[in-house]
Amino acid sequence: MTTSHLADRASDEPDVDLQPLRFTVNGTLETLEVESRRTLAEVLREELGLTGTHLGCEHGVCGACTVIVDGDAARACLLLAVQVEGASIETIESLADGDDLHPIQEAMREHHGFQCAFCAPGFLMTLKALLDVEPAPTRDQLREELSGNLCRCTGYASILDGACAAVRAIQAGTNNA
Amino acid sequence: MKMRGFQYHRPSTLDDALALLGEHGDEAKVLAGGQSLVPMMAMRLSSPGQLIDIGAVAGHDAVTEADGDVIIAARVRHATMEASEIVRSAAPLVSAAAPFIGHRAIRNRGTVCGSIAHADPAAELPAVALALDARVVLQSAKDRRVVDAADFFLGYLSTAIADGELLTEVRFPTRAKRSGWSVQEVSRRHGDFALVGTAVQIDLNGSGAVARAGIALFGVGSTPVRIAAAEALLVGHRPTAASWAEAAATVAREVDPLEDNHATSAYRRHVAGVLTRRALEQASARAKAKVKP
Repeated sequence: MTTSHLADRASDEPDVDLQPLRFTVNGTLETLEVESRRTLAEVLREELGLTGTHLGCEHGVCGACTVIVDGDAARACLLLAVQVEGASIETIESLADGDDLHPIQEAMREHHGFQCAFCAPGFLMTLKALLDVEPAPTRDQLREELSGNLCRCTGYASILDGACAAVRAIQAGTNNA
Repeated sequence: MKMRGFQYHRPSTLDDALALLGEHGDEAKVLAGGQSLVPMMAMRLSSPGQLIDIGAVAGHDAVTEADGDVIIAARVRHATMEASEIVRSAAPLVSAAAPFIGHRAIRNRGTVCGSIAHADPAAELPAVALALDARVVLQSAKDRRVVDAADFFLGYLSTAIADGELLTEVRFPTRAKRSGWSVQEVSRRHGDFALVGTAVQIDLNGSGAVARAGIALFGVGSTPVRIAAAEALLVGHRPTAASWAEAAATVAREVDPLEDNHATSAYRRHVAGVLTRRALEQASARAKAKVKP
C-alpha cells in the first residue's frame, strides 16, 4: 500500500501566508501576526488563550462559538481572524467581573440554564448582544433570537427561563440605578 | 476542519479589488461576509489560491432607491437589508425573505449580494431575485454589464459571473402600487436551508386583475426556478381561491425536484404545491388590502 497520495496532498499546500492583525479583545488592543486561514475562534483560543469561546460544529450551525463583533453577535468559526482587523471583540471572558457574575450569568445559574454548559458561552454572548440593543424582548422574541444556538443536553426550557429572568434582572437593575 | 492555505488580500477600494480579480482570474475568490464561503473552505469543498476580502472596501454598503429599483450594494449585510425601510416599503418580498436566512448571527455578517453570487439552489434570495426579475451588476477592471436574474443562475452554485468579475449590486424593481408578496418554506429546523420554498409576488391592475405574477421555487433543483405556466394562469384574472389552487397544482406538476436523504422527490413536489397555494393566498390578501407590511 502506498501513502504517496498523502505526501502529494501535503506538498500541495501553499506557502504559509502570515498577516498582521490589530484588534481589540475585551477592551485590550492585541497586535498579532496570524496565518490568514485561521478562524477568529482559533486565534482567540490558541493565540490569546481565551478558551471560553467553544468550538462545536466548526461550520456555523451550533452557535457555541458566538462572540460579539462591533456590537453584533457573530460566529467566530465563520470569520477568518484577518477579517476582524480593527474591530472590537467581546468574548465570554468579558462578562463576569472577577467572581461577580454578570446578571445574565446569574439568572442562568439560578434557573439551571446549563447542564454540561458546553453551549453556554454561545448562548450567553448571543443574549448579551441582543439585550444591549433590545433590553425588553418578549419570551417569543427570546425563543426566536436564541434559535441559532444548539444545546445538546436539550435544556432549552431552562435556558429560556434563565433568559427571561435575565431580562427582568437587568430591567430591575436599570430601574434602581 | 482546517482550510487549505491561500494568499489573503484586503483591498481598500473597489478598483483595487477589481484589479486583483483581473490579475488572479479563476484562482481568486471574493470574500464578503463569508457565511457560505468560509464553511465551504473549512470543509475543503472550496480551496481558492487567492482570497480577496472586500470587507475593507470603502462604501458599497448602502441600500438606495433609483430609477425604479431598490439597489443593494455589494457589502450590504442581510441584517442591514432586514432593517431597511426602503426595502420594506419598496421591495417587501426581499424583506419577507430575511427572517428565513440562517439566524441573527449569520445575518449580521452575510451579505445579500454574496448570497446571490453563491447561488445555493435552496437559498431564499436567489429565488426572490428570480421572482422579481431583478438584475445584477457585474463589474470587472475593464467592463461593467447588467445581467437579468433569468440569465444569471446557470447551475448548482454556478452563475454568469465570469473570471475577473465582481457582483457589485443587485437591483430589485420597486413594487407596483397594488401588489402582494409572500415567502413560504419548509425546512428541517428553523434557519436551515429550505427543503422546499417559494417566493411569490403578484401585481394587480386598476380593476383588480393580476397584471404580473412572479412565482419562483427553491430547493427543487440545481437552480431556483420560475414556473411560467403557473404565472400565466393568473395573469388577466382576479385572484381567487380557485385560481391559486390551479396555479399551485401547475407548480406541483412542473417542478422536478431532486431526491436526497432529507426528502423524497414526491414529498418535495407535494410541498411545492402546498406552499405555492399558501403564498398566493397571502400575496392576494396583501395586494387587495393595500396595507403596508
